[in-house]
Amino acid sequence: MSVSIRGLGHSYAELRTIERLDLEVGEHEVVGLVGPSGCGKSTLLELICGLLDPGSGTIAVGGAETAAGRLSQCAYMPQSDQLLPWYSALDNAALALRNRGHRKAEARERAVELFGRFGLAGFESAAPAELSGGMRQRVAFLRTLIAGKPLLALDEPFAALDAITRAEMQGWLAAALEADPRTVVLVSHDVEEALYLSDRVLVLSARPARIVAELDAPAARAPDRDAAVTAPDFVAVREQAMRALHEGAR
Amino acid sequence: MRRWLLPALLLAALVGVWQLAASTGFLAEVLGLESYLVPSPAEVAESLWQSRSLLAENAWVTLREIILGLVCALVAGVGFAVLMHLSRTIRDASYPLIVASQTIPIIVIAPILLVWLGFGIGPKIVVVALICFFPITVNVLAGLGAASPDAIKLMRSLDASRSQVFRRVETPTALPSFFTGAKIAVVLAPIGAVFGEWAGSSSGLGHLILVDGGYLEVARQFAAIAVLSAIGLVLIGLLALVERLVVTWR
Repeated sequence: MSVSIRGLGHSYAELRTIERLDLEVGEHEVVGLVGPSGCGKSTLLELICGLLDPGSGTIAVGGAETAAGRLSQCAYMPQSDQLLPWYSALDNAALALRNRGHRKAEARERAVELFGRFGLAGFESAAPAELSGGMRQRVAFLRTLIAGKPLLALDEPFAALDAITRAEMQGWLAAALEADPRTVVLVSHDVEEALYLSDRVLVLSARPARIVAELDAPAARAPDRDAAVTAPDFVAVREQAMRALHEGAR
Repeated sequence: MRRWLLPALLLAALVGVWQLAASTGFLAEVLGLESYLVPSPAEVAESLWQSRSLLAENAWVTLREIILGLVCALVAGVGFAVLMHLSRTIRDASYPLIVASQTIPIIVIAPILLVWLGFGIGPKIVVVALICFFPITVNVLAGLGAASPDAIKLMRSLDASRSQVFRRVETPTALPSFFTGAKIAVVLAPIGAVFGEWAGSSSGLGHLILVDGGYLEVARQFAAIAVLSAIGLVLIGLLALVERLVVTWR
């Protein structure tokens, strides 16, 4: 198991955010977490990544149980792209390599390859402010990928995008994950997005978060996104998820 | 163009009105003064030209006090802000005191400094540095604390050390605030220098203004004020230029 969570509980002072949560994620599995806003999805992701310590229970990522150990196993992609405006797109993507002490030229060389492969060729030296929303999100994802960690933790990666760009980016991410399989925990408030990108979707309740439904995605990362998300079996699972979401929100 | 033209026109109009009011004797009459005590801008300009070497000599003295005082304030202010940013204990202990210390009108310390440090450049530098320290420290501290928590989480997940977070996220975030603080300091510095000179000195623009008062050399007093304000303007301009070159992402 890549991620193994047992009896996890967490609270901010008096506010209980997560209660007795169990979760297993397999190697190269993409697991989607959906839930009402404010339910503790992002907290759960930060806990997995080692950015927070659990109040109770255990989290192991690739066998590492300590916060520092988990941090070394996870690459976190926050809700907003968080590209640093003082670096070029390329230097933003190569940040993890620079942090690990690689020389600038070497880090850039590694990142340039991926820019070509992920449709960003020609934008290497662009400032983040010069990129469109979709491109910024692509650079942010590349930055997560280049970190080379076994687990990618994506926190609503496309929440800031308009509907058309978001659909486009979902197709792009699906293709990227098919080409370069990784273990992924994806947080989303968009059921369709989670069901399309993930192998398995867990529906969380309102705070304190617990799992109220577990659904297998019928067409995970299918090449034709538009066909996949409108197929009858997809729509049926989506309906199940929506109902679970509404029940859990109560 | 418009940014420069409109204020230039207004300034020209004001000087024109002053010229008219002074040269016709109207201003002196309204103030109930002898006309030689109310110089016109043309007379000030004439005095500026005639006393150019005297003014330059004294301007050089004051400029040195300003620059050296500013450099001390920059080093101490930035250094102390960084210390407070990195150590919660240091900040909690000293920040309230730094704010409270602003109730002391620093210029009244000048006579004490004179007793301690003598008639040389020393006490002037200290007064300038003391006045400029506060805006620099406060702005740099606020700037360092303004880094987005998400960006810091992201950097930690990309294997950044504490010093890398400081260098790559917090420092660039603080730069615009640093320049804001430095500009306020540049405005305050000439005031500090003049008060330092008034407490006791044998040269400098402040000294010249004081001495000229005794001889009723009002035109040259105005000329010295013009030079003092020109020093401030040039320093602000230089600082704005450096800011444009350094903070390229804004």
